[in-house]
This record gives sequence, C-alpha cells and structure tokens, in this order.
Amino acid sequence: MNPTASTPPPALSVECTECAASITLERQPLCGEIVRCRECRAELEVTSVSPLRVELAPEVEEDWGE
Amino acid sequence: MRIALLHSRIRVEERLLLDELASLGIDHELIDVRELVFDIHDASRWTSLDAVIDRCIGQTQALAAVRVFERFGVRSVNPASVIEACGDKLTTSLLMARHEIPTPRTCIALDEASALAAVERIGYPAVLKPTTGSWGRLLARVNDRDAAEAVIEHKSTLGSVQHSVFYVQEYVPKPDRDLRVFVVGEEAICGIVRHSAHWITNTARGGVASVLEITPEIRDLCARAARAVAGSGGALLAIDLLEAPGRGLLVSEINHTMEFRNSIAPTGVNIPRRMIEWVVATSPASAARGPAPSTGAPSAPSTLTPVPASPRSRASLIEELKLGHWAAFDAHSRTEVA
Ligand SMILES: [Zn+2]
Repeated sequence: MNPTASTPPPALSVECTECAASITLERQPLCGEIVRCRECRAELEVTSVSPLRVELAPEVEEDWGE
Repeated sequence: MRIALLHSRIRVEERLLLDELASLGIDHELIDVRELVFDIHDASRWTSLDAVIDRCIGQTQALAAVRVFERFGVRSVNPASVIEACGDKLTTSLLMARHEIPTPRTCIALDEASALAAVERIGYPAVLKPTTGSWGRLLARVNDRDAAEAVIEHKSTLGSVQHSVFYVQEYVPKPDRDLRVFVVGEEAICGIVRHSAHWITNTARGGVASVLEITPEIRDLCARAARAVAGSGGALLAIDLLEAPGRGLLVSEINHTMEFRNSIAPTGVNIPRRMIEWVVATSPASAARGPAPSTGAPSAPSTLTPVPASPRSRASLIEELKLGHWAAFDAHSRTEVA
C-alpha cells in the first residue's frame, strides 16, 4: 500500500492505548513525538505515522536527566 | 548550513527547536538515536553536517553518539565534555569549586562508613544525592545521625554502581523558590523563578514559574559557570541557582539538555530561537570545515563566507542578529574541562 497523490492525508486521530479515548492531534506528528491523552493524561509516543499508531511512552529511566 | 537534531522521543522542546530550524530556513534532519548505526570507520554519511544538536533524553546514549560525531569532525551542541561536566553532579561540583564559583558545600565518599563521616563533616541537615539523574528525584534530606545511617544503608543495599558514590551536600535553607537561568553561549538570556512549598523545587514536579530579572550578579555568575563547564564561548545550559541567606547566589545544578517549554511564556523570550541562532552563529560552515581534527573537538569558525544553498546563511544571520561576538567562539579552550 504505497501512499500516492490521490491518498487522503493520514488521519490525525488515534485511540489511547491506556483508556481508549480518541486522541486528535492538531498537526501532523513526527515518529517519536510525545502526545498526551487529555482523558487519562498518559504520555504516548507516536511509533508510526501512517497508519498513525501510539504506544505508552517509557517511564523515566535511571540516566535520564535534563 | 546543515544541522541535525539528535533525539530519542520528540517532546515539546524538540518540536519547538525543529520549528525554529524550519522558520530560519536552515537545512536540517532528525536523527533518532534509537535507530542510529555508526560505522566508526566511515564518517561519510555524516560529513555534510555542520552541527548536531543533542536532545536525547538518555544521557548514556547521548554521550556515546556525541563522542562519535565529534570524532567524525561534526560539532556537537552540547559537546561531550559539557554533557560529562553537567551530567554528573560530582564533576559539576568539582568544576565550580575549582573555578571558585559559589556552590553548596559538598563532600564525596565512596563507602558506607566514610559516607557517614562525610555527612557529619557537612553537618545537619544534609542532603544526599545521586550523582546523575535529575528532575528532583532520589534526593534525601537527613536531619540527624539516625536518618543518615538509614539512608546510607538503604542506598548501598540498592546495589547500583552509582549509589556507592555518596554525594553529600549542605542543605541550603532557601526561600520557597529557586531560580533557573537559561544560558546561550555565555549569556544569561532569561530566567524563571520556580515557587514550591516543597524543598525540592522543579518544574518537572509541578512548580509554578514566573519571570526572573537577570541582575548583573546573575549575569556574571552564569557566565562564569558556563565557562567553567564549557570553556570560553559557553554552551546551551540551564543553570539552577539557590538564594542562600547571607551568602548570595549559589550555583546548584547545570543542565545540558534544558527543558524550556514552560519558560517561554513567563519570560517572553523565544528560547528555542535563541538556541538555534547561537548554534548557527558558532558553527563552522560546511565549506570551511577541514578534515576531522584528531582531538575530536570541533574547529572554530574560520570564515563568514555565506552558504549559497540556504535561504539564510550563517553570515547573514550573524549580520542580521548582530551576533558578531559569538563568531569568536573558541571550541578548543574547553580542554580545561577534560
Ligand atoms: Zn487515555
């Protein structure tokens, strides 16, 4: 399934993996981008742009800092 | 001029930096550190880059990737030396002490028995901190010997390597707020005051921010701290200051991949724009860059020749933004940090 010029732009809505609420993004996301579910406040990472997929973002790891 | 943004997850900060790269018309690419494969014998994939901006969340990954880029002759912002200096509280404290920059009194011990001696030397209350990590986690304040013994025993039974380094600091009885200053190069561009009823103030833990006036004292202290960790020319840093009663300001922490999303509105300063402008102004244009220096340090800009390929070249940006003083950036002076 190659996207072509006639393919509509990818959907900007995706279901929250934590609470199943529908998350609508304001702009085209990037792979790796963090989005937040308004319903359950979960931080989700965009793992695929087309089709749009999200996964729960990993918890803080030990060497993470600012 | 071509700049790469090295990232793991793309948070609001990374998105804002990308938006600024785009709006300044700077050729750029995203590099996901999780997908990165380096052939250390072949730098050709990367030599078109004038700079890599490190925005990785994981410091171990960031440091490894940045070391490779620097060995390949690609400038990293921040450089590995700055990540090392800021990412480890012990190193930061040592640099502050060596440069006689006011900082909380700190002792280091490497064993449980000596850790208790270190706490006693500092006096009570004392704060035990891990030497890496941030966001105000894992800090323990001990008010007496019993508490100190309990914390030390707990830390050593956790078993991780970094917990065998006991970093003990005086507890500074500051007001219910602390100060964070954003530094671009050596210049304190803006700052915020974070209010919190809890002694660990941190926006990541929900502190409320308002604008901080950059006084001459703050400006001078931050420039000195930036030079201490990054050498002449400075870096992109967020410097946390404590107001110690009767002693003035102390440098408590320096962050090398600063979070700034909640600081743009209160300060009215476009922090990501200032960061990108500085990177552009202080990076050598690709045409001017020679072979990779053997030290791994990026070469200082040697020319202001405009790069015709980009709509706005480094030279025109420098001219336009009156950033001439940044063009004197001396990347080699940071040997002091190593
Ligand atoms: Zn949800």
